[in-house]
Amino acid sequence: MEGYITIDGAQTPINGCKNLLEVIRASGIELPTFCYHSELSVYGACRMCIVDIDGRGIQASCSTPPEDGMVVRTHTEQVMKIRRMALELLLANHHGNCQTCGKNTQCKLQELAQKLGVKNVRFDEVNDVLPIDDLNQSLVRDPNKCILCGDCVRMCKEVQGVGVLDFVGRGSDVRVSPAFGKNLNEVECVYCGQCASVCPTGALIIKSQTEKVWKAINDPSKTVIVQVAPAVRAAIAQSYDIAGGEHAMAKTVTALRRIGFDKVYDTSFTADLTTVEEATEFLDRVAKGEKLPQFTSCCPAWVKYAEQFYPDYLANLSSCKSPQQMFGSLAKQYFADHEGVKREDLYVVSIMPCTAKKFEATRPEFVVDGDPDINAVLSTQELISMIDEAGIRVSNLAPESMDLPFGFKTGAGIIFGTSGGVAEAVLRLASAGTSEDGKPAPTEFRDVRGLEGLKEASVTLGDRTIKLAVLSGLSNAREVLARLQSGEADYDIIEVMACRGGCIGGGGQPLPNDMAAREERKATIYDCDAILPLHNAADNPYIKECYSTLLQKPNSSIAHKLLHTGYRSRRRIEGEDLDLSETKTGEKTPVSVCIGTNCYLRGSYDTLRKLIDKAREAGLAGAIDFKATFCFEKCKASPNVQVGDTIYGGITPDKIDEFFENTIKPAAQGASDAETLEV
Amino acid sequence: MAQSAVLTDSGPKAGRNFSRVQEIIKDYGATESALIPILQKVQDEYRYLPEEILTFVATALDIPPATVYGVATFYAQFSLEPKGKHIIKCCDGTACHVRKNQTIINAIEQRLNLSDGRQTTDDHRFTFEIVSCIGACALAPAVVIDGRVYGQTTPERIVAAIDEIEEADKAEAAQ
Amino acid sequence: MTPFAKLNSPSELDALKRKAISAISGCATRVLVCGGTGCMASGSPKVLEALQSALEKHSVPVRADIMNEEDEAAISIGYSGCPGYCQVGPIVRILPADYFYTHVKPEDAEEIVTQTVLGGQPVQRLLFNDGSESYATRDDLPFYKDQVNVVLADCGVVEPGDIRDYISRDGYRALAEALYGLTPEAVVAEVTESGLRGRGGAGFSTGRKWGFTQVVKSDKKYVVCNADEGDPGAFMDESIMEGNPHALLEGMAIAGYAIGADEGYIYVRAEYPLAIERLRTAISQAEQAGLLGDRILGGPFSFHIRIKEGAGAFVCGEETALISSIEGQRGMPRPKPPFPANSGLWGKPTVVNNVETFANVSKIILNGAEWFRSFGIESSPGTKVFALTGDVVNTGLIEVPMGTTVGDVVFKIGGGIRTGKAFKAVQIGGPSGACLTEEHLDLPLDYDSLRSVGAMVGSGGLVVMDESTCMVEIARFFMSFTQKESCGKCVLCREGTRRMLDILTRIVSGRGKVEDIDLLEELALTVRDGSLCGLGKSAPNPVISTLKHFRDEYLAHIVDGVCPAGECDAFKTYSIIEEKCRGCGLCAKKCPADAISGEIKKPYVINADLCIKCGACADACKFEAVTLG
Ligand SMILES: Cc1cc2nc3c(=O)[nH]c(=O)nc-3n(C[C@H](O)[C@H](O)[C@H](O)COP(=O)(O)O)c2cc1C
Ligand code: SF4
Ligand code: SF4
Ligand code: SF4
Ligand code: SF4
Ligand code: SF4
Ligand code: SF4
Ligand code: SF4
Ligand code: SF4
Ligand code: FES
Ligand code: FES
Ligand code: FES
Ligand code: FES
Repeated sequence: MEGYITIDGAQTPINGCKNLLEVIRASGIELPTFCYHSELSVYGACRMCIVDIDGRGIQASCSTPPEDGMVVRTHTEQVMKIRRMALELLLANHHGNCQTCGKNTQCKLQELAQKLGVKNVRFDEVNDVLPIDDLNQSLVRDPNKCILCGDCVRMCKEVQGVGVLDFVGRGSDVRVSPAFGKNLNEVECVYCGQCASVCPTGALIIKSQTEKVWKAINDPSKTVIVQVAPAVRAAIAQSYDIAGGEHAMAKTVTALRRIGFDKVYDTSFTADLTTVEEATEFLDRVAKGEKLPQFTSCCPAWVKYAEQFYPDYLANLSSCKSPQQMFGSLAKQYFADHEGVKREDLYVVSIMPCTAKKFEATRPEFVVDGDPDINAVLSTQELISMIDEAGIRVSNLAPESMDLPFGFKTGAGIIFGTSGGVAEAVLRLASAGTSEDGKPAPTEFRDVRGLEGLKEASVTLGDRTIKLAVLSGLSNAREVLARLQSGEADYDIIEVMACRGGCIGGGGQPLPNDMAAREERKATIYDCDAILPLHNAADNPYIKECYSTLLQKPNSSIAHKLLHTGYRSRRRIEGEDLDLSETKTGEKTPVSVCIGTNCYLRGSYDTLRKLIDKAREAGLAGAIDFKATFCFEKCKASPNVQVGDTIYGGITPDKIDEFFENTIKPAAQGASDAETLEV
Repeated sequence: MAQSAVLTDSGPKAGRNFSRVQEIIKDYGATESALIPILQKVQDEYRYLPEEILTFVATALDIPPATVYGVATFYAQFSLEPKGKHIIKCCDGTACHVRKNQTIINAIEQRLNLSDGRQTTDDHRFTFEIVSCIGACALAPAVVIDGRVYGQTTPERIVAAIDEIEEADKAEAAQ
Repeated sequence: MTPFAKLNSPSELDALKRKAISAISGCATRVLVCGGTGCMASGSPKVLEALQSALEKHSVPVRADIMNEEDEAAISIGYSGCPGYCQVGPIVRILPADYFYTHVKPEDAEEIVTQTVLGGQPVQRLLFNDGSESYATRDDLPFYKDQVNVVLADCGVVEPGDIRDYISRDGYRALAEALYGLTPEAVVAEVTESGLRGRGGAGFSTGRKWGFTQVVKSDKKYVVCNADEGDPGAFMDESIMEGNPHALLEGMAIAGYAIGADEGYIYVRAEYPLAIERLRTAISQAEQAGLLGDRILGGPFSFHIRIKEGAGAFVCGEETALISSIEGQRGMPRPKPPFPANSGLWGKPTVVNNVETFANVSKIILNGAEWFRSFGIESSPGTKVFALTGDVVNTGLIEVPMGTTVGDVVFKIGGGIRTGKAFKAVQIGGPSGACLTEEHLDLPLDYDSLRSVGAMVGSGGLVVMDESTCMVEIARFFMSFTQKESCGKCVLCREGTRRMLDILTRIVSGRGKVEDIDLLEELALTVRDGSLCGLGKSAPNPVISTLKHFRDEYLAHIVDGVCPAGECDAFKTYSIIEEKCRGCGLCAKKCPADAISGEIKKPYVINADLCIKCGACADACKFEAVTLG
């Protein structure tokens, strides 16, 4: 759409903006919003972005298409009043404890209340407190701070294709929650943290491990080492007033040493190692012509996603551990062998742009005798808070370099931090050996770069054309897998990163973590690659040394032991049958009476009632846990009653006495006897 | 076992394979737009929406369980708790309200010993719901018991109707 | 019903019509028992049974199928739809004399058969009697005298279960004329010309809405009928669907032809099981007759109608929420634009209209726009069906020309206040409407006049209230409804309605503060202006209008501590009527607050300062000596 709009008296060109809000922002007016994100669908719920349009009255600008000739006012008295009232209403229904809130100073609710001049809240406080969900490693969900903007819901559903969060209930009882009010650890959340990246308040925040890291640092018996992921350096500068990339990294190294870490290493080193292992694996699969396409496996959110929704494709995932976990197992081995640090005394910390890595570190396959390969995972956000806690002024620090050997990397390891990076690193390696015609193989594969969710490329390696797909945002994975399943698509290698644009936009990165920030971080990553001397993982001298001293050769059996892993299906429903949770047998005997239609028609309500009466009479009411339940699918034998694990049919009201005496009573007495015995 | 009841199955799963739900899904088609009719039918069948069934439906329709749960909790018709054998609905629409239906609501709640928003009696015999308008407004105040509409009614008539139902149930059970 | 062949052309439809008319006229007497929800509740099924056995007892041959001309029997009996006066049901009508029997009981069957069916004379005691005289036929009744029936004309006479009855009254002729005589553009033009405005609430021009949808190019379009009728206290759409379902189907098919859609959905609330059943029957009969389905009347146009049952959410009456609900989602409204005309059901161009809107369409096509404009007023032509309820003498469904005054409806048709108390207000448009007071009795009921006083036609619910109704309590009642029914999406409606409800509850329970009125007003205006959909935008209307017309009642609750209407319990006190008290002392024993004192055999007294208003004394007293006032 072209043309002009008059915004508070100023003519503003529409310039192809897709909605009025963007035109207004382009005109230099920062309209407040909670529920608008350019990468999500328009929702129109928070009413912060309302404006007064001549002839149409009050409208939400985020959901209004711009039209030539519109006359818009953005801060009339009425508009301001409505915005303030909306904020006041939100605050009235909010458990505000800003000082101790994880979102303090970064919270949009706090910011807008301040900016728009909400001076007091004239409504009664709400007293009902909802339980906080913090049973997983990655995120904390506090529904008491949720303003129901739905950003997380749309992020999880539209961009990530997971959909574990949705609205529940109606009216003022609406909540955002996983199914059946469960916690995130009980549902299919992949812990990508993208929901927390868009949440404007403290309702979804990263679960912090800084305390446990401080404790390790202050424990003299521990050697505490830290690895820093490639994407961290691209974002950290945005939070301090310094230039980004390796420069920021070098200052951060100094800061980490001042904090008290004994060694500072680079995850880009194990990214190089991953490239070597994964490329070898790929070439082997190509040679054998099996298990193609090969999927990358360095993103733990994607791995969990595949385990949950596409178990049939698990054999196609590269068996390589992620760089974080390769680092963990390598470091524990290396420090034991070469530095004389016992495994349990070595404390390995990762600094990651990622919330899923926190979960990954706790996967049982990465824990040896109760000791995890990675002891703590901090997000970029937590790193910043540790630096702030220690009072370190990063901009004043002199740059320092990382420790060797694991601090040395090539540009290939660095670009792992952005979507397309893994694919490009593998291509650099694979094509290096194939420049038979004397021309140097290209070191840049621009087709796979960029923030788009789905990129495709094909590359000729020798006499074979390799087809690649590079995906970020798991909904793209869903779509490509559907096309693979139907045979419409055909690739040899597929890189999947859960977060749009890759780890530079990881759920652990500082806010704002929007597409503009990601664009900037991407540029920084490629700058870092450009200034490094080496660009091919295979050229990393310390990687070569690693192979000669420990790993022998890529994909060797020792390499497999240390650097590779396996996957398991996490699909909840196999075939047509549903994996029912085990009936809980506590001290009470469970007695379930079916009230499905058939049983009900044959008098199961009376059965239930009579049984309750009998139990009371017999003084066993406390020993039996009566439940009405749904169809046991034994309708022919109805009415059905389940006692413990056994279903009995034909329990019509006239059979109750007999049934109670012969079946329920002994069971219940058995249970209560057992209880008394225990006492 | 001494009694005539037949032992049909045992074990925690007890062989539930959701065949009835599968039939329902087949009838309506496994698409998102069929979700609400499927849930309605499931509720007809089971008298409420059990968690296992909702998860099963979600999987079959390829939509997240959270979405199904969101839909099930949005519409007043759906219940995630088992309902009683008899369903009493008292209209609290405008016409009934201005004809002072509150006394009827109070009388029913008292008769059924329901308070604090509880809807179903302990013995699962009755579920009491307050609904808005059942389309019999000219006969306000109106109450529906098991599908039968009682128009221009009074607390006494409704309590008597409840008594009658309970008597009938008891007589039936005694047989 | 005997099966009949598919109609392949308009002339075959015409032939069927003639056959139906002659068959019906061969029936000397038709007994129609009202089968509407109201009369069914009042016992009409038993009445029908009793009449059938009485006919059998007297060996009166009854035509099993009214359309069977071969059948010598000249008597038919069956269910009709609701003629509107449900309050005096069960209603039995005897055609062609059109005797209108009210409050019919099964015991009356014998007399009806001997005296009316066999003797041709009315049963006097069953005729409607207003205390001074009795009225033989429907049209004589004061309740109907001032009504003008267009939409409801066939409702209550036609047998909803037999499509041929509808056809005999020109049913589906408009569809045939449109398909064979008019271009889609001409249909849109005719409807636009008629000035028909949407009966679902907002009153948007139906013809223009169709026009917008017609011009959008798309491989698929839909027609959706909004039969959610969520306004508690209104049942117009229900009656049309129960009483004359084919009128709705025909209107939808014409809309489908006009906009180029081949599929329609009727979204009916699940609380209307009878309407759903009648619609299902009607659809299957129309399909059988070739009036719906593939190649209607042998021509190229096909149109299928499906029913979607609502699942209990008022907000699903809002068109975008309704669309979400049909798509299987939570019924949360979406921002407009895009309007359904451009992107509706599954993103396709969609026309959404109300039941009554569709029911008007065939009449307009048959009789022309000009004829339609002869009813009502220039800016709001046609008639409107209202559900008249509350404290009036006559409650029920009424149909009047647009522009009829409030006073005429309440006092002429409604017969004035039932309780003998003074008229106080009419709530129009239900929870999203406003109240009209004495000063509005001369106000014409039409879209624009109502809007000019801050009210709206809404769905057409008219609830009359007498002076014993507390207007603050009414505002609270409506707010509790909208608050419960808010979808919870947007901040102002979700949080704002709850806060308004809190404040109103506070006021009616005697805990109001003076600042509450300003806060309430500020909230009401911001929620109205800032909400996303019509629910939030109109939810404050009852508050705004009662604050405007009855502000002193609010103040009385807050400042003077009284409820002027005497309705709010919080302001009542228990006292003992001296004359009635026998001094038994039971009340004093039951009082948990020791607030009652007295001597045996002498009147007891309640100490108001100690009383906690538990009501135990009133329950205990066997002599009704304790009053609350
Ligand atoms: C909260 C709300 C409830 C509504 N309920 C109904 C309803 O029950 N029936 C109806 O026909 N229209 C209802 N509407 C109006 C519809 O959104 C829509 O305007 C109407 O169906 C259009 O049809 P019409 O042009 O024929 O009136 C409602 C609107 C709102 C905002
Ligand atoms: S979410 Fe925001 S407003 Fe709420 S306590 Fe945290 S910082 Fe404060
Ligand atoms: S901002 Fe105000 S309320 Fe918050 S900590 Fe500072 S002084 Fe206290
Ligand atoms: S972490 Fe990712 S998968 Fe989990 S809820 Fe958030 S967006 Fe969804
Ligand atoms: S959790 Fe955060 S993002 Fe999600 S709805 Fe609540 S406030 Fe919005
Ligand atoms: S893309 Fe990167 S940051 Fe995001 S989940 Fe995967 S590994 Fe973590
Ligand atoms: S106004 Fe109310 S009903 Fe409408 S979208 Fe907003 S919250 Fe939902
Ligand atoms: S209402 Fe209760 S407290 Fe008051 S006088 Fe009667 S019994 Fe006593
Ligand atoms: S119970 Fe009634 S009659 Fe007896 S003392 Fe009390 S008020 Fe008087
Ligand atoms: S940003 Fe427009 S309504 Fe929330
Ligand atoms: S209804 Fe009880 S087993 Fe099927
Ligand atoms: S208001 Fe009660 S039936 Fe309509
Ligand atoms: S239902 Fe019989 S007159 Fe309305």
